[in-house]
Amino acid sequence: MLNFLEKNLPKIVLAPTTIVMVVCMYGFIVWTGLLSLTKSRMMPQWDFVGLDQYRRLFANPRWDVAVDNLFVFLILFIIIALVLGLFLAIFLDQKIRAEGAIRTIYLYPMAISFIVTGTAWKWILNPGLGIEKLMNDWGFVGFEFRWLVEQDMAIYTIVIAAVWQSSGFVMALFLAGLRGVDENLTKAAKIDGASTVQLYWHVVLPLMRPVFFSAIVILTHIAIKSFDLVQALTGGGPGYASDLPANFMYTFTFNRAQIGLGASSAMIMLFGVLAILIPYLYSELREKNHD
Amino acid sequence: MTSLKLTKYNIGRAFIYLILLFFAFLYLAPLYVMFTTSLKDIEEIRSGNLMALPIDPTFYAWKKAWSSACTGSECNGLAPYFWNSVRIVVPAVIISTIVGAFNGYVLAKWKFKGSEFLFGALLFGCFIPFQVILLPMAKLLGMLGLANTVTGLVLVHVIYGVAFTTLFFRNYYVGIPTELVRAAKLDGAGFFAIFRHVFIPLSAPIFVVTIIWQFTQIWNDFLFGVVYSGSGTQPITVALNNLVNTSVGGKEYNVDMAAAIIAALPTLAVYVIAGKYFVRGLTAGAVKG
Amino acid sequence: MCGINIISMEKNMKNTISTLAATALLASTTSVSAGEVEVLHWWTSGGEAASVNYLKDKLSDAGVTWTDFAVAGGGGENAMTVLKSRAISGNPPTAAQIKGPSIQEWGELGFLADIDDVAKANDWDNLLPAVVSDVMKHNGKYVAAPVNVHRVNWMWSNPEVYASAGATIPTTWDDFMVQAKKLQAAGFVALAHGGQPWQDATVFEAVVLGVGGADYYNSAFVDLDMDALNSSTTLEVFETFGNLRQFVDANSPGRDWNVATSMVIEGKAGSQIMGDWAKGEFKVAGKSVGTDYVCTAAPGTSGAHTFNIDSFAFFAQSDASSTEAQNIMAAEILGTDFQTVFNLNKGSIPARLGVSRAEFDTCAHDSMDAFVSASASGSLVPSFAHGMAMSSAVGGAVTDTATNFFNSDQSAADGVAQLVASVKAAM
Repeated sequence: MLNFLEKNLPKIVLAPTTIVMVVCMYGFIVWTGLLSLTKSRMMPQWDFVGLDQYRRLFANPRWDVAVDNLFVFLILFIIIALVLGLFLAIFLDQKIRAEGAIRTIYLYPMAISFIVTGTAWKWILNPGLGIEKLMNDWGFVGFEFRWLVEQDMAIYTIVIAAVWQSSGFVMALFLAGLRGVDENLTKAAKIDGASTVQLYWHVVLPLMRPVFFSAIVILTHIAIKSFDLVQALTGGGPGYASDLPANFMYTFTFNRAQIGLGASSAMIMLFGVLAILIPYLYSELREKNHD
Repeated sequence: MTSLKLTKYNIGRAFIYLILLFFAFLYLAPLYVMFTTSLKDIEEIRSGNLMALPIDPTFYAWKKAWSSACTGSECNGLAPYFWNSVRIVVPAVIISTIVGAFNGYVLAKWKFKGSEFLFGALLFGCFIPFQVILLPMAKLLGMLGLANTVTGLVLVHVIYGVAFTTLFFRNYYVGIPTELVRAAKLDGAGFFAIFRHVFIPLSAPIFVVTIIWQFTQIWNDFLFGVVYSGSGTQPITVALNNLVNTSVGGKEYNVDMAAAIIAALPTLAVYVIAGKYFVRGLTAGAVKG
Repeated sequence: MCGINIISMEKNMKNTISTLAATALLASTTSVSAGEVEVLHWWTSGGEAASVNYLKDKLSDAGVTWTDFAVAGGGGENAMTVLKSRAISGNPPTAAQIKGPSIQEWGELGFLADIDDVAKANDWDNLLPAVVSDVMKHNGKYVAAPVNVHRVNWMWSNPEVYASAGATIPTTWDDFMVQAKKLQAAGFVALAHGGQPWQDATVFEAVVLGVGGADYYNSAFVDLDMDALNSSTTLEVFETFGNLRQFVDANSPGRDWNVATSMVIEGKAGSQIMGDWAKGEFKVAGKSVGTDYVCTAAPGTSGAHTFNIDSFAFFAQSDASSTEAQNIMAAEILGTDFQTVFNLNKGSIPARLGVSRAEFDTCAHDSMDAFVSASASGSLVPSFAHGMAMSSAVGGAVTDTATNFFNSDQSAADGVAQLVASVKAAM
């Protein structure tokens, strides 16, 4: 008996997490999947109607906007945050004075919820109060910055705020990665006559691959959950021009009494994540196992 | 020749400093706006410039936000909700970190058939939008008799935090040489003994990273807090949202801003004080994917 | 869901017994503790919060403890999320701020408590106008108590602005366009507006009523008659609504309604189309009606009344003391004291008859008179922008269409097409 326990201890330790995961993640996904096949409105009801909700979803113009926005947001947000984070990390890695202070400044937005900074951002981006007014007050009379109130541009203000919040964290990840690079390697490259740019491009960056991996996983995670960001900054507006799928789902499920439709949008979101993430996770994790 | 090189080098350094300071300025702007606004009176906010320093700084707004601002029909400021948050965050962080440590330990060093799959499944679980699980979780909590209790809210945070804590610990422990485990096994040490005597002493950096991450996530949570708390046990983010949306006789932006900073102080403090260890902890292996 | 129905039937039995006790309690105004009410609401701003506090004090005099459960923001969006989660976990609050057809939706699911005995004991059927009591009943039984009647089709104007621009306050939409041009030429913002979806819908609703009239309003936006929705009148509505785009300043998207109101107060803008809650903002700013600001019906809607009734719906409770407290609360809400104080604070008019008019101002008197006369002439219509006319699904679809139209350069014809399509999809 004791032997059995001893032998299976690892499995026993993992068991609670596994059970919780099966119920509270995958169980709930299945629950939502089933719900998306019903005509539930105010509350879950189990009258199945097939793929009706999905048909409604795809016919909804607001959903189109939300999906387009997600692509714009996801791509821009991840690329800008990665590039900015990487460059700040490289610059900060040049034996900078007051590195600690600067690093903290870059990192702090991650510590604050958007419920908190939303109002400040709204002011800064508002043409009548923020940057535009400031520049005009300073004498740049023709200066215009009114993305927040323009239907085509509002989504980019979400990108700005999201990059602000997360790029410092990406910087920290890269900085940590750079500190882990073997100095002998860079010395050797320099002896071979590599310029700084060559050194970073050919030697250091390839070593950063696992950092890219972590950063992309975390940024995707943040992007898909960027719900409070939209809520606090634009409320989805002007009109519903800056809606993201998470906001769409929330509104239709809880405020519009269309739980079935909300569930179908949630499933599409999950499939989307699945389609992007699974191949990536698979290839990355697989390769590492071969190392 | 050397002097020329030196200048070139200096220009480069200056450029780097310039860029770094420029971005530092950009990153600080929102906090600066919030902080200076919280020290102004309403008249000054209305008439003045967003970036201007307060003419006559006053802590009126801070006092009010902490002890007497209205959140709905209660007017006790943020103070009571601050402690609610502490009561939720502390147990949730401790439990999810410990569970994550054990999970990570098993997934890194005690692999069994299917454990890799389990890890993948857990990792994917990080990506579920939380809006999806609100209703089924409410039902589950109701069945467990934990609906709208602090315990229920802690449980929810632990459940959805464990995926991340496990990821952190697993990635960190993968970097610890397996030889250490083998040697300890030969010495007759068991599962727990190895964990305690070999892994725990090496784990300080990753504990720091995980605790900071979890603390930030849970302290800043609004969605779970608003849905699963009962009246009287609402966390500070919910109270802040109520406060900002409560206006009795005109909006007091200075109080809103002071309240916002108060709500953010603990996480800010954690980043400022422990930020150094955070980056060190990441360096020590958390980023090795 | 069946389980819940059975439970609520059991509760109804208990209700009957405890209501008798509750009415007895009320009669003797005892201060013995009579349980607790947990009230979910999102009344956190201005006069609303003060009004809630008054109810709280009233109840505590009657021995009922008030547990405040305020969830602000998003026009109740967060509050609805909380309510649904709590209902599904089997732990609903005692009462929640729900209104209009949503009350029916909750009733349908069997979550609501029957407070018919309180209503009978206090003669609600005779105190409440039929339009009000209809909304409060599910299957003929009272399940909710109304606190007020808002009139939504108001236009708040700054007469000084109009005077200095040589313009007059318009009474039709055609005239509005003419006067608005004058205001703009004089450097004012003609229409103070906050570009949030519900505010866009509020203006849209005023245009629907002003352009199409009450009969059209009812058949298209209450009965959802597809022919009426897909008619030339709707096209005309969208054209007028589209014309308003030019009179709103560029910074309006995302602006809160009270910030828009302060534009009128400060003399930066001519008018705002907003419900009577806007009055509170003028009052706080120390302005007096008639001289500093004027309330007139939204263009083309004089004599008509778009009503928006706030109410508390009561959720079935499992213990007797909560039910008792619930009944006391219901009775208290319909009391003349509360109806007077609450509505003076909130800018609305009492939901019940027999409340003295003396303390109310001229705007409120107008609203009361319009309510009675519109009711007689058939131009008393439910506000769809505020969830009184349609299910939340259809109402949401209309709001989406209106806000998307107003914030883009969509043509009127496309607007009509999107309206028809999205209403069909949401039904």
